[in-house]
Amino acid sequence: MEFSIKKRARHSYQQIKAENFFRRALIIIALVMVVLVLGIFLTLIIESIPSLKSLGIKYLWGKTWDPVNNVYGAYPFLVGTLLTSFLALIISIPFSFAIAIYLGEYNPKGWLSNFLKNTVELIAAVPSVIYGFWGVMVLVPIVREIEIKMEILPYGIGIFTSALILAVMIIPYAASLGREMIKMVPSPLKEGAYSLGATRYEVIKNIILPYSKSGLLAGVLLSLGRALGETMAVTMVIGNTSLMPTSIFSPGNTMASVIANEFTEADHTVYLSALIELGLVLFLVTVVINIIGKSIIKRFTKE
Amino acid sequence: MNPKVKYRVGKSKMVQAFIVMLAFLITLPLLAIILYIFKEGITKINWTFLTHLPKPVGESGGGIANALIGSIILVFVAAVIAIPIAILCGIYLSEHKHGKLAYWSRLCVDVLQGVPSIVTGIVVYFWIVKPLGTFSALSGSIALAIMMLPIMIRSTEETLKMIPFSLQEAGLALGLPYHKVILRIVLPCGVSGILSGVMLSIARVAGETAPLLFTAFGNPFLNTNIRKPMQSLPLLIYNYATSPYDDWHDLAWGAALILLFTVLLLNIITKITTRKWNIQL
Repeated sequence: MEFSIKKRARHSYQQIKAENFFRRALIIIALVMVVLVLGIFLTLIIESIPSLKSLGIKYLWGKTWDPVNNVYGAYPFLVGTLLTSFLALIISIPFSFAIAIYLGEYNPKGWLSNFLKNTVELIAAVPSVIYGFWGVMVLVPIVREIEIKMEILPYGIGIFTSALILAVMIIPYAASLGREMIKMVPSPLKEGAYSLGATRYEVIKNIILPYSKSGLLAGVLLSLGRALGETMAVTMVIGNTSLMPTSIFSPGNTMASVIANEFTEADHTVYLSALIELGLVLFLVTVVINIIGKSIIKRFTKE
Repeated sequence: MNPKVKYRVGKSKMVQAFIVMLAFLITLPLLAIILYIFKEGITKINWTFLTHLPKPVGESGGGIANALIGSIILVFVAAVIAIPIAILCGIYLSEHKHGKLAYWSRLCVDVLQGVPSIVTGIVVYFWIVKPLGTFSALSGSIALAIMMLPIMIRSTEETLKMIPFSLQEAGLALGLPYHKVILRIVLPCGVSGILSGVMLSIARVAGETAPLLFTAFGNPFLNTNIRKPMQSLPLLIYNYATSPYDDWHDLAWGAALILLFTVLLLNIITKITTRKWNIQL
């Protein structure tokens, strides 16, 4: 009898120990996430110290990138990144808003809207290297034809081509978020406008878009974050030259693509660390954009 | 009808037609990509293609066995690393909705989701490749695991949040210890949602190239040792697509077809299960 009580006591003692162990494990794993992100940040900073020391902040404004002569300036890549991303954003916005309005307002249910919704999600699922491959083989010749017709140097590859591919790739992010936001517009507001005799277009223009504009903005921000960090598709079609782009049709390089191309070739410390500094800039910019976007969404959904 | 009203109604109809047209234009690029890759790839795929190694430049034929096996190993090891961490973290976040650590942890998961994949590659290069002194499949898997985490954590958290608290209370009332309540009652209830998160993240990383460039690196030979460089389908597509040789392009088309259909299939299966379970990812 006594033995069995002892056994039970020991058993429940073990259970409590296991329980505490489990709770502690959960906390540790939650901490691991924080440590992981801090670790990424610190690693990037530590590894870019050599370049920060020897090149300073003016590195970002330097116009020439010539690793052979130890001259590093990231300006062409900054321009390349901003040009491709914003061009892609401008091309994609009409489409993603149209999809958001169609799925959120005109036709939220039914097989046709399901079809469109699934299509949009599959577009986000296609691997970027496949976009790149398709871009090189199909889109580049088409752009080259256009450039010949426009009587400019027919590179085919270049900033415009990568912006086209990027635009397709980022449409899903703004579209699906925009759809959620447009769906959340309270129907009494819309019904009030309809009862005053507004047409559907007037309701969309005067009620739905103003109400959901911050949510739509968040979607655009998130797709901008995607566009800035996108590597493979851009690397394959942008042409990879470190020269300053002269127009949107000229070949160039983005921060991500120059890292992808030159990282394994970087043979001395400053070169390597200059590339990592680009990675650091990319990391910081995308983190800030994502946090702003997510906080807008959070505020919007709370209301 | 009053001409002004007629004008407004007409304008509304016009805008609607315009928006519908714009919205459905998006199906064109997807269709174009799928059809083109299918057309180019289907003729290249045969038994030799799946079971042989790539031939050197100048010899036609050969296959992508090394990339197929490499991709499977890379993704499998990444999943083995990421799944336990993601599930535990998801449990923590769903159990602690407020609280400081949960807030920071959630923020970091959000941040992690936005980190460009190439940056993950750089960081893992310094964490694993440099100390070990060699490119390795293990480092590639770790980079992929880092990219899988946010998606899986999110799906675990959202699934577990929907499981009624009364289930937990019932378990606790019977005197079950906390870990048994979570692992034996709550987790099994949400297993379908968690699994779809796992599948979705596998589909996402199976096509990732950028983080593998400086980690798994690629390998023209068959390798099953995770401490050595390893080939993967996206790496092979990237390397062969940017090469000037037609034979290599052929291999890349076949590989692209296999990769594209695997990824799309995984996504469609996940979609069907999530629809059944009404999970938001």
